[in-house]
Amino acid sequence: MSARENILARIRAQQGKGEQPDAGEREAVAAYIRARPAGPRPRVDGDLIARFRERAEALASTTDTVEALDAVPAAVARYLRSNTLPLAAVCWRELAGLEWKAAGIEVEAREARETDLVGITGAYCAIAETGTLVTLTGPATPAAVSLLPETHVAVVRASRIVRGMEEAWQLVRSEGEAPGSTGAALPRAVNFISGPSRTADIEQTVTLGAHGPYRVHLVLVAG
Amino acid sequence: MHIASVQFKQRAQEKLADRNLQQALAKLQGNFVRGRAERVKELDNFESIRDAAAAIRDRALAHLDLYLEEFERNARARGAVVHWAQTGEDVSRIVCEIARAHGVRRAVKSKSMVSEECALNEALEAAGVEVIETDLGEYILQLAKEPPSHIIAPVVHKNREQVSDLFAEKHRRARKTGIAELTREAREMLRPRFVTADMGISGANFIVAETGSTLIVTNEGNGRMVTTLPRVHVAVTGIEKVVPTLEDVATLMRLLPRSATGQSISNYVSVTTGVKGARDLDGPEHFHVILVDAGRTQLIGGDMQAMLRCIRCGACMNHCPVYQSVGGHAYGWVYPGPMGSILTPTFVGLENAPDLPNASTFCNQCGVVCPVKIPLPDLMRKLRERQFERKLKPWTERAGLAVWGWAARRPAIYAMISRIGARLLATMGGREGTIRHLPFGGGWTRGRDLPAAEGKTFRELHAQQMQKS
Repeated sequence: MSARENILARIRAQQGKGEQPDAGEREAVAAYIRARPAGPRPRVDGDLIARFRERAEALASTTDTVEALDAVPAAVARYLRSNTLPLAAVCWRELAGLEWKAAGIEVEAREARETDLVGITGAYCAIAETGTLVTLTGPATPAAVSLLPETHVAVVRASRIVRGMEEAWQLVRSEGEAPGSTGAALPRAVNFISGPSRTADIEQTVTLGAHGPYRVHLVLVAG
Repeated sequence: MHIASVQFKQRAQEKLADRNLQQALAKLQGNFVRGRAERVKELDNFESIRDAAAAIRDRALAHLDLYLEEFERNARARGAVVHWAQTGEDVSRIVCEIARAHGVRRAVKSKSMVSEECALNEALEAAGVEVIETDLGEYILQLAKEPPSHIIAPVVHKNREQVSDLFAEKHRRARKTGIAELTREAREMLRPRFVTADMGISGANFIVAETGSTLIVTNEGNGRMVTTLPRVHVAVTGIEKVVPTLEDVATLMRLLPRSATGQSISNYVSVTTGVKGARDLDGPEHFHVILVDAGRTQLIGGDMQAMLRCIRCGACMNHCPVYQSVGGHAYGWVYPGPMGSILTPTFVGLENAPDLPNASTFCNQCGVVCPVKIPLPDLMRKLRERQFERKLKPWTERAGLAVWGWAARRPAIYAMISRIGARLLATMGGREGTIRHLPFGGGWTRGRDLPAAEGKTFRELHAQQMQKS
């Protein structure tokens, strides 16, 4: 018998079940996955946008709000200048069409490289409960743009702020394609990002900027 | 990993006298114990989430074979290769084969306790693959050639001075003493490795049956690097880590970071499914998942199955007075603290870890904080019973228990013996009422005095009370 068959057989033998699962067992598992009930939800009070900001700031992100997408480049330039950060960035393709040059920022839409110091991304959605960004990988949304650079700037549309992780999964399920899996069709990676990278491995002292960004700046686009 | 659990008592003695270690362990009280308490208060329904989480884990275990098959089917549909490993040696062999097949010269690794079980790094190095641990704590330990002493904070036993000396020696750079500077130096040493590695090796906090995904949680971002940058990704995980749905993940993720590090959410939660798409700009071209038994199936179906609910948060050790006093190395294998006192004897044999089920005060702090409600003290008690049945206890202890058992079944004799004992203990206390040295109990009185008994047994006092009222 193969290792696979041995392990599966051992599980069934330990549970005192017959060699092969019966239709009832299979249906119990399939029914649970079909139903995918949500667990008990904690209370999330008040306005979701305010809650998202408050939680994100508590996790050491900084935030800014602009009225429309075309105001993003100026807001990002303000942030970079006030922190004396470089005015050059790698960015997601969906944002490359904004007027970055006019704001004084050089952007390139491509995958991230080790030498990139600023990465600008969008967000698939964001979670109010924990102040978390959700990004999905894809041809226009490479994962490393939010990871390799020392500074990560994320553009978050306020209309995409949802209550909890459950709502994020619902969006992915309803908006994604379904290539033959029994449940949700997920992209190669779904990354939940909550503030700058950190470690407390030495003397339990929290230090920002372990392997990923030292700082995360969120530009919320109202409306 | 080498098993040294049989030396628990001797190692515990040494650790108690280690001042650096004692100061380091005190720091766990901050983020981990107080932080957890604060973050738990954020949830108005923490207890019902715990109940739901325990039910999720029990459901997965009740149909473990079918959920694993479901995971396998969905992972394969997305281009992952799923391997099954019965032992730790199998894990090392499979990873070495994958490395050979893909011509891997350098591997970067995020923290994986399963890989510690099977000494994977040694096997890869023997096969000519350079392996670099990238979790800051694990990186420090790899330089120092030491095993981890905590499943979440692996280097909790070292202070910054020791890390400074180590970095100065191994990196051949000017000695730095600030924690931020040391972290920056490790980042600078590891970044070139991330971008040049051929293979990333990770564990998995959960695997999701409905989507065939693996999930890892990190704060440093090394987990994301390891699963994004190299062209091959290998995830090594225990078979018990499967959960049915993404909704179940949402419930469990409310508990894991709070219980582990006192955070409401970890910085990075990455759910990865299959290989890089044809037009994707990053991500691995090859993705292998290794599902590991290595002793886990022994726990299924019996009275110890609840242990397989464990989500490896470390709350039990953070809150354990024994762990807090002796640290993780005393336990002698991968998993310390209460969860280790159950997993180690199960995985490596009770005869190789005879003291661990007894390394407990039975205060039940571990049971109280466990996010998936594992009755840890009950499970330790069951292991003690097994030790007694298998005659793995010293003859003195077995004889003592036999005498006690004989007397306990004869109430009159039991009452007489305890009356004599109580009076004897009262006179032994002398004028001060304390006993400095107890015959047959020298270990107990070595570091403290025993308050002398009042001279009457509980049953005598109870009878008196009843007469009065």
